[in-house]
Amino acid sequence: MTRIWRRRKRALVCRDAVALMTAYLDDELVARERERLERHLADCPHCSEYLAQMRITIDALGHVDLDELPEDAVDDLVALYRRWQAG
Amino acid sequence: MDNDLGLVARLRTGDESAFVELVRQYQPRLLRLAEATVGSRAVAEEVCQETWLAVIKGVDRFEGRSTFKTWLFRILLNRAHSNVGREQRAGRPDSEAVERFDANGAWAEPPQPWSDQVDDRLDAERLVVRVHQLLPTLPEQQRQVVLLRDVEGLSPADVTALLGISDGNQRVLLHRGRAKLRDGLTIELGSDR
Repeated sequence: MTRIWRRRKRALVCRDAVALMTAYLDDELVARERERLERHLADCPHCSEYLAQMRITIDALGHVDLDELPEDAVDDLVALYRRWQAG
Repeated sequence: MDNDLGLVARLRTGDESAFVELVRQYQPRLLRLAEATVGSRAVAEEVCQETWLAVIKGVDRFEGRSTFKTWLFRILLNRAHSNVGREQRAGRPDSEAVERFDANGAWAEPPQPWSDQVDDRLDAERLVVRVHQLLPTLPEQQRQVVLLRDVEGLSPADVTALLGISDGNQRVLLHRGRAKLRDGLTIELGSDR
């Protein structure tokens, strides 16, 4: 990765920009890499759109509901608890 | 989280109602994570039962150095991994290879804009439903990482520790999983155009 990075120091292509996005969203890029990506994003509507869609996807994942827990599943586990308590 | 600590303290004193509250809160999450790990509902249910038994037996050993949720997930993943053979653990091969870029690294097929459509709140809700349906289609390791990071909201450090994978591997799995889900949502948004 580092070597590829050095070779392409001047032109960050879209493939590299997309590869950096997960670390970017985690705020784990060093300042120099972050600035480089942000410069690319400022000039590239496709990568900006892709990043926006990734953010929307992550947001949707954060709103995924849990399946409802059937009462008999609770009862089974309570029975397990009681058996353990009874030794 | 404070609520969890209160429930754990009550569980230590043998308070059954605290156990029931923990079950209601975490069993659906455990089941979802177990299914992503072992690939079968029936085995996942067994793994969850073993996990709760380990919680009842070992609650005195929970020292609060991690959150209760992380501790619980660690127990579950240990149990789940011991229930699955190595072969199965490798998961389905990742049919990655959607080549998005040309030889120069530029977009071969640039992403089509979503923004206008997703501004609508109903569309946002539809995406949540769709992404939920798409989750089981991810290869197992990607599904685990996406679940823990984006659905459960754990930190990258917690996820690498729980799954015993490197930071770089965690990021690659997360990236691929999210990218596939994003592709699926693109199809959803394009479906009624």
